[in-house]
Amino acid sequence: MLRYVLKRIGNIVILLIGISFIIFASLYLAPGDPAELVAGANATPDDIERVRVFLGLDKPFLVQYWIYFTNLIQGNLGTSLVTRQPVLNEIIVRLPHTLNLAFTSMLVAVIIGIPAGILSAIKKDSWLDNLISTTSLAGISVPNFWLGSMLILLFSVVLRWLPTGGMTEPFWTSLGFKQAILPSIALGMSVAASFMRVGRSAMLDVMQSDYIRTARSKGLKYSTIVVIHALRNALIPILTIFGTSFGGLLGGAIVTEQVFVINGIGTYLLTSINMRNYPAVQSTVLVIAFFFVFVNLLVDLLYVVVDPRISYE
Amino acid sequence: MAKVLDINQLVTHFTIAGKPYPVIRDLSFYVNQGETVCIVGESGCGKSVTTLAIMDLLPNNGEVVSGSIKLNEIELTKLNKKERNAFRGRDMGMIFQEPMTALNPLLTIGYQLTENIMLHRNVDKKNATEIAIHYLNVVGISNPKERLKQYPFQLSGGLRQRVMIAMVISVKPKLLIADEPTTALDVTIQKQVLNLMNKLKKDIDAGILFITHDLGVVAEIADRVIVLYAGRKVEEASVEDLFNNPKHPYTIGLMNAVPNVDSDHFEIKPIPGTFPLLTDDIKGCRFHPRCPFAMDRCRSEVPSELEYDNHHRVACFKVEEEYAHE
Repeated sequence: MLRYVLKRIGNIVILLIGISFIIFASLYLAPGDPAELVAGANATPDDIERVRVFLGLDKPFLVQYWIYFTNLIQGNLGTSLVTRQPVLNEIIVRLPHTLNLAFTSMLVAVIIGIPAGILSAIKKDSWLDNLISTTSLAGISVPNFWLGSMLILLFSVVLRWLPTGGMTEPFWTSLGFKQAILPSIALGMSVAASFMRVGRSAMLDVMQSDYIRTARSKGLKYSTIVVIHALRNALIPILTIFGTSFGGLLGGAIVTEQVFVINGIGTYLLTSINMRNYPAVQSTVLVIAFFFVFVNLLVDLLYVVVDPRISYE
Repeated sequence: MAKVLDINQLVTHFTIAGKPYPVIRDLSFYVNQGETVCIVGESGCGKSVTTLAIMDLLPNNGEVVSGSIKLNEIELTKLNKKERNAFRGRDMGMIFQEPMTALNPLLTIGYQLTENIMLHRNVDKKNATEIAIHYLNVVGISNPKERLKQYPFQLSGGLRQRVMIAMVISVKPKLLIADEPTTALDVTIQKQVLNLMNKLKKDIDAGILFITHDLGVVAEIADRVIVLYAGRKVEEASVEDLFNNPKHPYTIGLMNAVPNVDSDHFEIKPIPGTFPLLTDDIKGCRFHPRCPFAMDRCRSEVPSELEYDNHHRVACFKVEEEYAHE
């Protein structure tokens, strides 16, 4: 077990180094000159050149990456070209809002998606199954910015029940809870929909398996068969989609934060891209990648809890 | 002798593309307490479907259309799903063909055994564990205490099948159904499991319905044999009678298809033709297209089952005529 965990963590470290390289390289290759941007509109070519040397942009690519990387492992994510503040500080201020949004959205997805998927599998071909399947198709098709706008229109503008935006408090406070409802539905719905679909097909598969027939032949109650014998087996594919959909959730958070005026790292990333604030972009993407990889590590560890076969492989 | 299982004129349909097709046609047989009855036949003859119909485990497109299934004098076909479920496990237990997939991969052997015992024998967890250990010993599994903590994937196929057998007999059912329990196992393990079942049938005093396509297995375990062809019983006899004096051309064909290693000319004589599909519409005797003795009558009329000497029952016009001439 410990070996499995250590091996997974080792993989992740290597993965993150690779990601940092790809992020660095892709920004290096991107058009646009940050030195020109920093120097300002009235700068002479000489000024721009001095800024370039000051920022270290005149050095060869690999040297630049090495400087970036050594700073990175010391916890120095660079300085924002816009505010001259350490990027790390700027991210730390905004990160809780995004994590708050990601968590509540995932909660919405899990609470709605998984039970709906399982229900629609055990009530296969009923009106309930059709309703859930249709809803999940809609959930996947509707873009989150549209859904978000419609939710604001209905619940904030027309009914005046919930705030139109902002996410200043964590979700467990009263204000934070109200603030979280609409954005987490907007962002969590498509993930809920994919949980429904995967949950449904996983559950259908499991219910047709030999060991469910064995459980039935033992005369167990139907509820026991579903909860004890089927659910855990169906959970394995759901866990997989949980890990991968977390990436989509973080990507969707960038858009959702705009719609609901949330000052998270999604908004920070977007403004940084517009201002060619390269250190900020690099570090934000890296932080997003880190959380994605971290969640997938948790999923891998959960596999071991759910499926006894895995730790032995 | 009390009849544990008594099936009369059972008809089962499968619906394929909206059309019902009979899988079991007018099947009647019984199993006495302490007796082992084997159903033999090729794949698709309806032998597994028979067991699933008894257990009420038919797939969604299968249904019992008519006939009666009595378990200890209780008519099962009249009961609703929930009432029938009460008999499963407790009064009739089933061992399946695929030991590799028949046990839940995520639950321990101990859980899967004791769950059954607690439900049907009204004992607490501690007693159930003791009973489970006892039955693991009975089926010849060493270190039963350790095994209880293990998961199915840590056990070989033979061991898993022993666990299945222990699971079923630990609640002392009156009817034990075994659907090709040795087919998926290696030959040496097959032999071990068969020996185990032979030993158990003396101890547990249940009626055993044993499904197989292997005549060697039949010879080892059966008291009485039912030969099924395309959903219809063609012959029924005691195991000695059947092997010494097979009457139906299909049974004779089956016997000839088993290679005799001892003889000088080692040769397999397969039955000509192919097994009919479920959807094939065959008039008269279902076997007549493959039968070397087929007469005109066989092509239009369905032979009824008649009883000859020693309770030997056969459904064949040729046998009927032979006896008429004697």
